[in-house]
Amino acid sequence: MIASKLDIETIRKDFPILKRKVNGYPLVYLDNAATSQTPKQVIDVIVDYYSRYNANIHRGVHTLSQEATDAYEKARGKAQQHVNAAEPHEIIFTSGTTESINLIANGFASFLTKGDQILVSALEHHSNIVPWQMLCEQTGSTLKVIPMDHNGELLIGEYSKLLSNNTKLVVANHVSNALGTINPVEEIISLAHNAGAAVLIDGAQAAPHIRVDVQKLNVDFYTISAHKICGPTGVGMLYGKEEWLKKLPPYQGGGEMIAEVTFEKTTYADLPHKFEAGTPNISGGIAFGAALDYINALGYETIANYEQELLAYATGELLAINGLKIYGTSENKTSVISFNIEGIHPYDIGTILDKLGIAVRTGHHCAQPIMDYYKIPGTVRASFSFYNTKEEVDVLVEGIKKARLMLS
Amino acid sequence: MTIEEIQDEIVEEFSMFDDWMQRYEYMIELGKSLPLIEEEYKTEDNIIKGCQSKVWVHAELKEDKLVFTADSDAIITKGIIAILIRAFSNQRPKDIIDANTDFIDEIGLKEHLSATRANGLVSMIKQLKLYALAYQTQLN
Repeated sequence: MIASKLDIETIRKDFPILKRKVNGYPLVYLDNAATSQTPKQVIDVIVDYYSRYNANIHRGVHTLSQEATDAYEKARGKAQQHVNAAEPHEIIFTSGTTESINLIANGFASFLTKGDQILVSALEHHSNIVPWQMLCEQTGSTLKVIPMDHNGELLIGEYSKLLSNNTKLVVANHVSNALGTINPVEEIISLAHNAGAAVLIDGAQAAPHIRVDVQKLNVDFYTISAHKICGPTGVGMLYGKEEWLKKLPPYQGGGEMIAEVTFEKTTYADLPHKFEAGTPNISGGIAFGAALDYINALGYETIANYEQELLAYATGELLAINGLKIYGTSENKTSVISFNIEGIHPYDIGTILDKLGIAVRTGHHCAQPIMDYYKIPGTVRASFSFYNTKEEVDVLVEGIKKARLMLS
Repeated sequence: MTIEEIQDEIVEEFSMFDDWMQRYEYMIELGKSLPLIEEEYKTEDNIIKGCQSKVWVHAELKEDKLVFTADSDAIITKGIIAILIRAFSNQRPKDIIDANTDFIDEIGLKEHLSATRANGLVSMIKQLKLYALAYQTQLN
């Protein structure tokens, strides 16, 4: 199938924020890996919720509560379809990827003992490192690191050697936030399963670029944050295989997650409510569903083709700048470019670019081990979305040249 | 000169420029005249927390005045700390503690005062004042 072309000018009109000026310049938003912008179709859904049917869900008998419940559960269905989960109750709404990971780490505390091992990839965001360190401290298990090479790719051979009967869990991101590397998750998962270990894949950075099929991947846990794919902040999802979610103990206690409460004993609700204590982010969940609709209407294949075109163009233009070095040079990467200019601190470049209305991320990107590997304090990261243009890449390149002149 | 007089002088210098680029270029220039911290003092303890770049500051009491030296691995940050040190160095601890820092706003660096700003200008001011407080206690 030949993917259709994106009509970027029309798409840009969906995003009110892109009309903004920053420091007197038109905004060039290239920090999409930190958070994506929100189209009016999603903003409207939030406004509509609070204007028309704001109510608490799952318990009210009144109309508003039922409408809100229907919309929220419909969003769960959209998330289920989006990742092709077998059952809607395999989708747990959370506050985002960080909470999703913490939920699993918390649950695994009852399964792990001293001598057990968790393997974590060298490419992880702190949110997929720290919860496992905490779990290891709590259970006496050990955290082992799957190493990477200079291109920012995981060494699968080394990974195979690390796997053993003691490996209980393997955790890795689908796409690296700092470098953009797309990890070979299918291989990671099948090797882990052969060793009898469960696998959690952090899909936060993959979700805007790659549509996953959790059944095909055969992954045990997969996480997505809504705000990385045109949805609101503070909401996301955890996919978990039913058999695992049934085995795991509840995460937080509270309303919604119970079947029956007496002071002697409480029985827990069925999935997914067992993991959704308290009033959830209702408007966020519904808007997350709208964001999935928006991105699926554009089509992942179309988006990926365009973003890869932008990536190739930006990579070529950036490499033409004297002294510019790109970190993360895997053949398989998303539209993320992490770079430095020789002799210039990334923070300085980011500051000048901001003065020119260009939003990039600078620093260690919450992935200090990667920066330690390259022995650098951090990088400048430009991350492109389907609403960015080649003209914006040109503005970035000119901005970097200007910054370089000022700073050297 | 008093801290206030130096601050007025800095404000006057910056008022000669009419766009941000010239101001930043001047700030970078000022960074080059920063009294540099001795290598031996570039320790973890002397790093100011809350900055995306590294900033080291050292303070020494000379007679009744506090003398600051510093450095940073980022050139804009170096300019910012140079401006602060120009205003605060060679002053009595008490005057540093009492000093007002509104001049930062007046020289067009207001955006750096935001608490979320990664260069930690706020942390730098706090650190300089903490040094002053520590030495003031010593003087008493």
